[in-house]
Amino acid sequence: MAEGQGKSSGSGHTAADGGAKGGFPPFQKETFASQLVSFFLAFALLYFIVSKIALPRVANLLGTRQGMIENDLAQAQKFKDESDTALAAYEKELADARARAQAIGAETREKLAAQSEGERKSLEDSLAAKLAEAEKTIAQTRQTAMSNVGAIASEAAAAIVQRLTGAQPDARTVESAVNASIKG
Amino acid sequence: MADPIHQFEIQKIFSLGHIGGQEIAFTNSSAFMFGAVALISALMIGGTAGRHLIPTRIQSTAELSYEFVADTLRSSVGEEGMKFFPFVFSLFMFILTANLIGIVPYTFTVTSHLIVTLALALMVFLTVLLYGIYKNGFKFFKLFVPHGIPIYIMPLIMVIEVISFLSRPVSHSVRLFANMLAGHITLKVFAGFVTSLSALGALGIFGAVLPLLMTTALTGLELLVAFLQAYVFTILTCIYLNDALHPGH
Repeated sequence: MAEGQGKSSGSGHTAADGGAKGGFPPFQKETFASQLVSFFLAFALLYFIVSKIALPRVANLLGTRQGMIENDLAQAQKFKDESDTALAAYEKELADARARAQAIGAETREKLAAQSEGERKSLEDSLAAKLAEAEKTIAQTRQTAMSNVGAIASEAAAAIVQRLTGAQPDARTVESAVNASIKG
Repeated sequence: MADPIHQFEIQKIFSLGHIGGQEIAFTNSSAFMFGAVALISALMIGGTAGRHLIPTRIQSTAELSYEFVADTLRSSVGEEGMKFFPFVFSLFMFILTANLIGIVPYTFTVTSHLIVTLALALMVFLTVLLYGIYKNGFKFFKLFVPHGIPIYIMPLIMVIEVISFLSRPVSHSVRLFANMLAGHITLKVFAGFVTSLSALGALGIFGAVLPLLMTTALTGLELLVAFLQAYVFTILTCIYLNDALHPGH
């Protein structure tokens, strides 16, 4: 932009003047030495402060925080592991208890089934015995009744024969005839 | 209208002595340089004084700038580049702070002077050159001999590589200088329109609204440029340092 101007003004420098007059300021050569000296002093100071104080400090801060976070994460992981083991133990306990309950249930069911089976059998047995006894009674009664039937039939036959013939039939003959007819 | 160049003038505050007939003065530029150093120290040391586990805003800013520069350096140079961390951090913070201070009206922008940006760039250039040779010896010059280039165009490539290497400090310094200079001149010119237009009366005040809006927008842009140029300077420094550490491309 104004390089020519700057070059021309560069030679006519006087120490008394700070160099603000004439030319484009960034190209005023008489200001270069002052700026360079200030710049190197300032930058050296900055470099010293940054490398010796500021950066180690911030690095330390970040490191502390990182360490804290890692520590906390490790702790959280530990707690999680602990709770996982506790959960596993609880689940195992629960499964065991369930298995035990099932075993008890099955046992009880079997026992009850066996008991009721026994009761049923004994009931059936007693019923069968009663049935047999009843059948025997029926058979006896029928036999008695049958023998009574024979006697009644003989008497009735004898009475009928007497009425028809007027003669008293032989009791033994009537009886055999009745018996034969009942059997026939 | 106010002179847009006036803001770049170096004003002597007091004399420090003479070196070879040249007067060494403490100038407004010196004051702002040391001001920047003081501001950075305040941020990085004062801001972290509390050593809060959960950082305050200022401490967070200090930590953020630390991590930002560390990540930039680590991603482009690698872990062994961290020995340059204080240097790169100083560069970034110095340029950023100087640029940001410069946006405040009535201040002086240290980085708008080519001699300062050139000193910064030459520091980087010499660090790369000297450390590169110290670390790699003669192998450092493999930097100028890229792999997989046919032998008959190698001389041409080497000349180009050497020229590009030597022109690094120029582009490195002029980029920062020109950005700051141009931005500040533009800002001053538009801000000058506001004052000179509003001096014209009611219609002038009405007309001054446009350059005022422009100045406001440009200030925002300058904030971005201030950060961006500091970042660009830093990332280029990292790339050049990478060459010093790994010259084999």
